[in-house]
Amino acid sequence: MSKIWTIANRELHTFFDSLIAYIMIIAFLGFSGFFTWLYGADIFFVKQASLQSFFNIAYWTLFFFIPALTMRLFAEENRSGTLELLLTKPVSDWEVVLGKFLSTFFLILIALALTLPYYITVASIGPVDHGAVWSGYLGLILMSAAYISIGIYTSSISSNQIVGYLLALFIGIFFQIIFVMLAGNFTGLIGETLNYLSISTHFDSVSRGVIDTKDLIYFLTIIFLGMLLTEANLARKRL
Amino acid sequence: MDIVVENLTKRFGAQKAVDNISFRVRTGEVLGFLGPNGAGKTTTMKAITTYLTPNEGNIFVGPHSVREQPDEVKKNIGYLPENNPLYPDMPMIDYLRFVAKMQGITGEKIRERIHDMIRICGLEGEKHKKIGELSKGYQQRVGLAQALIHDPQVLILDEPTSGLDPNQIVEIRELIKKIGREKTVILSSHILAEVEATCDRIMIINRGRIVADGTARDLRRHSEGREVLRVRIEDADSNEVFQALRGIAAIGLVDPLGTGTGFFEVQSKPELSARRDIFRLCVDKGWMLTEMSPIETKLEDIFRELTMN
Repeated sequence: MSKIWTIANRELHTFFDSLIAYIMIIAFLGFSGFFTWLYGADIFFVKQASLQSFFNIAYWTLFFFIPALTMRLFAEENRSGTLELLLTKPVSDWEVVLGKFLSTFFLILIALALTLPYYITVASIGPVDHGAVWSGYLGLILMSAAYISIGIYTSSISSNQIVGYLLALFIGIFFQIIFVMLAGNFTGLIGETLNYLSISTHFDSVSRGVIDTKDLIYFLTIIFLGMLLTEANLARKRL
Repeated sequence: MDIVVENLTKRFGAQKAVDNISFRVRTGEVLGFLGPNGAGKTTTMKAITTYLTPNEGNIFVGPHSVREQPDEVKKNIGYLPENNPLYPDMPMIDYLRFVAKMQGITGEKIRERIHDMIRICGLEGEKHKKIGELSKGYQQRVGLAQALIHDPQVLILDEPTSGLDPNQIVEIRELIKKIGREKTVILSSHILAEVEATCDRIMIINRGRIVADGTARDLRRHSEGREVLRVRIEDADSNEVFQALRGIAAIGLVDPLGTGTGFFEVQSKPELSARRDIFRLCVDKGWMLTEMSPIETKLEDIFRELTMN
């Protein structure tokens, strides 16, 4: 357990030392702040004390930012050969995968925590549905975890970071929007299945405040599958 | 802690990188792996460190098998891979602390070990630099320091001196020798002089098989089988000496080196030595024997002989 934390801690330091973390946080706050407060369907346009517009924009910004964070996690170590050193230390592959996952997860948590002033501001403007805000945050956290898991998997496929990034976006876009769009064209079982596969369906239902075990199981399954495939990729190198 | 390799075979696709090799390295022994590129040195080392799983056979580090107790094996091994991979953006001290924690060292002991490593590996002046800012020689020392930080019983060093300047090479060799007294060390290289200078025992690998195994002296004796002497006989007529030498029963070949210098290269017949006969000849004839030295076969020649097909 302490080794997982050691790995996560090292990765987190790398994020901050290499400025990736600052750039990501500033860009994330900038984008989401701009569209939440200043432009388009912002809070003043909607005229409701709700963070719904923030959640909608964060849903998309995180989708693009997360693969940029995860792409180097395994690809870089693979290229430089440090992965070999890491895996010949007394740690299991799972500990390495979990450590890397947690580092990015913490970074996203930090970024989301920095948007709490939005919440405080909105709460001071008008009556806010506090439950909806917290479940909105929960939705963002769950979807982030799912995309981190996918991103880590694509990073472990090759030693090229760009491949990792693009592949994560390619896989992600299906969960993000394509499944739900296709679902509109089908009825019956196929339509329902596609709908169930889409992250947006589950994100909407969680962020609306309906936290169903069905949704939780969905997110946990994606997270687990991503890590399982990553672990399989690491194990395959030994053969 | 002994390393025992039993019938190790490792395939990559259809190609056998390592083909059914077995050997044993004892505590306190420094074993040098020699071989041309692609001979299977690195593959064997990676298998010992558990990074590669053998297709057949098994490896034991002490009582632990790489198949059944990889974690125990890893705890006892210090490993410096080829090309010395490091995190260039990390400050050296942080990196050593990271490795120490990964090796399960805790609390006060971490600082103690880092301090020891900095002293042993001579990293004193470079403590606060990032690894990427260090010179290649210092990076190599950091690589060694991370391999040694948990005081492992077994050291696996894959080309530990590649890319270093001659002074640094000597320093690293001294360090390996010093460490090698109490530990089991395997190092690979294709620099023959290096292996001869650092290792107690040499193993030559070619195409995944062991083609020679023994001390540098064993290998020489094994490969030549016959004695070659460089002799200088003065105060005598060269032709006469030449004829007289050819007359000695134990001598197979006489080769005058230059004319009038008195130098001869004398090759004995297999399993025989002509040294006593030459001395007696000179005494009998009253010639001056001013030099008689055995010419050693160079390790390079043995290496070429064994690995060229």
